[in-house]
Amino acid sequence: MSKTRKNRGILFRVVAYTVCLLLAILSVLPFWIMFVNATRDTFQIQQDAISLIPSTHLMSNIKILLGKTFDPIKGLTNSIIVSTASTLFTIYFSALTAYALVAYNWKLRKPFFTFILAVMMIPAQVSVIGFYQFMYKIGMTNNFMALILPAIAVPAAVFFMRQFMIVSLPLELVEASRIDGASEFYTFNKIVLPIMKPAMATQAIFTFVSSWNSLFLPLVLLTDSDKYTMPIMVSLLRGDIYKTEYGAVYLGLALTVLPLFVAYFLLSKYIIEGVALGGVKG
Amino acid sequence: MKRRKNVSYAKYGYIFSLPFILAFLIFSLYPTIYTAILGFTDYKGLAATSWSFLDNPFDNFISVLNNGSFRQSLVNTFIIWIVNFIPQILLALVLTAWFTSRRNKLRGKGLFKVLFYLPNIITAASIAILFYSLFGYPVSPVNSLLMKLGIIDEPVFFLVNKNYARGIVSFIQFWMWYGYTMIILTSGVLGINPEIYEAGEIDGATGIQAFFYITLPNLKTILLYVLITSMIGGLNMFDIPKLFMQGGPDNSTLTTSVFIYNQAFSGSYLYNRAAAASMIMFLIIAVFSALMFFLMRDKGEIQIQKEAKLLKKERAKLAKSQEAI
Repeated sequence: MSKTRKNRGILFRVVAYTVCLLLAILSVLPFWIMFVNATRDTFQIQQDAISLIPSTHLMSNIKILLGKTFDPIKGLTNSIIVSTASTLFTIYFSALTAYALVAYNWKLRKPFFTFILAVMMIPAQVSVIGFYQFMYKIGMTNNFMALILPAIAVPAAVFFMRQFMIVSLPLELVEASRIDGASEFYTFNKIVLPIMKPAMATQAIFTFVSSWNSLFLPLVLLTDSDKYTMPIMVSLLRGDIYKTEYGAVYLGLALTVLPLFVAYFLLSKYIIEGVALGGVKG
Repeated sequence: MKRRKNVSYAKYGYIFSLPFILAFLIFSLYPTIYTAILGFTDYKGLAATSWSFLDNPFDNFISVLNNGSFRQSLVNTFIIWIVNFIPQILLALVLTAWFTSRRNKLRGKGLFKVLFYLPNIITAASIAILFYSLFGYPVSPVNSLLMKLGIIDEPVFFLVNKNYARGIVSFIQFWMWYGYTMIILTSGVLGINPEIYEAGEIDGATGIQAFFYITLPNLKTILLYVLITSMIGGLNMFDIPKLFMQGGPDNSTLTTSVFIYNQAFSGSYLYNRAAAASMIMFLIIAVFSALMFFLMRDKGEIQIQKEAKLLKKERAKLAKSQEAI
């Protein structure tokens, strides 16, 4: 009895580790091929498109890539501006809105929260035609503000902050601050925000990543190539001018993926924990 | 006394939610209403500045619903979603069972989770073009690999075949999301009261029985959450089908989002048609959203009721003990 059980345990381990290992390879291999091919020239790739060992043509690929429309520095700069500003707006204002929902007893508090729950799942895509026409009319296409300002109102972020605040913000602290004569706004900034730091950090990571990766709205709004964000830059690699430059295309992709790789492996612990908290979709 | 205090602070509730409300009205609600209105008008063309309502206000909706590409896009969305979701949820469930197994503790779970979730964090636009390159013709890494392994003799032109193209898009979705689903489910399992499992073990339940009779029933809400969010995500799918094959070959990877984008922004400028299609998509999403909403609300309400009951009990206890004194 105990022997069969032991055997079963071993069998389970063999199967489980094999499957997990294969899946791990599946996760990494496409990126590995991408990084390796970024260092090989078109001829090498045409001879054999799959290789696990880097070659020496990184510099010539860089030259080909930068010689055309793809401008990673510009894309990077634009993406950093948009994503950083959106993230700051989202975490600050969702914390503020969540505070309004948790700390104060106002008449419309419950309906407001119900409303947030109701619209949480509705994506921006369905209103893009109206949004584009509106921005076009007030001359805000090709203006980063059109991508940044909507980040003030992210219902899912408010929901996440509220859930965190309910369990971790002792209202006695707010009360004490009032007795000390602090204004409500001061109390929020100096007492509530520091307590909210863990939730804000989690939210910041996911907001930043989703803003960094977003293609749909930027593609609709930004037509001036000086304003292109990274995902739009990436979409240029699909165009005809890079058709036969295999190495350069892989290099362009590698450049867009690299910052995310670095950030992910530095922050993976917090990211996995954040996903486990649920409700925050990247 | 306490009540008066609440009243005097209540205005801050309004003040602090004002930025959110304003931004929401301007950037979400107004564009949505505007989109809905445009769906009933003749607004099209790049330089168009004015519009008027159509004689038959539902013309755009009728023409969209009769549009072959739009219907195709709904069918595609459904096929791509179901082909990705079923393996995704099955694999996620198996991995969850393994990673939370009480008898056989696996090592390196943390590292595996990090690796499985990795594709989800990478820009979908980059992934779409990466897979376009990986499956290229005549030379590409996938063709090289399959030929080296002796599975095929000649390179396969994956990207001109409808089923292959759809299959690859489904695979990308699967590959990007199973790790996310697995992490959500694992955290759900960790939230189940361990006493239930202990009771099961005392009764002699095997690991497999525990999974089917304890884990699965307790994960019902989370599974439903995953199902609905995945459905809505599937309806919105844009980056991958757009950049992988531009919705092709032969519209086989065209999704509703790509359809809307193409109608409005790539050449034809049929804003009214695109707006009508958006509203149809909005209605479909609203139905799923409503399901989700009732799910979440019920969960919250049940908890509130539980708490209220507990409070009542304690009050009764307190009253009794006071009576005794």
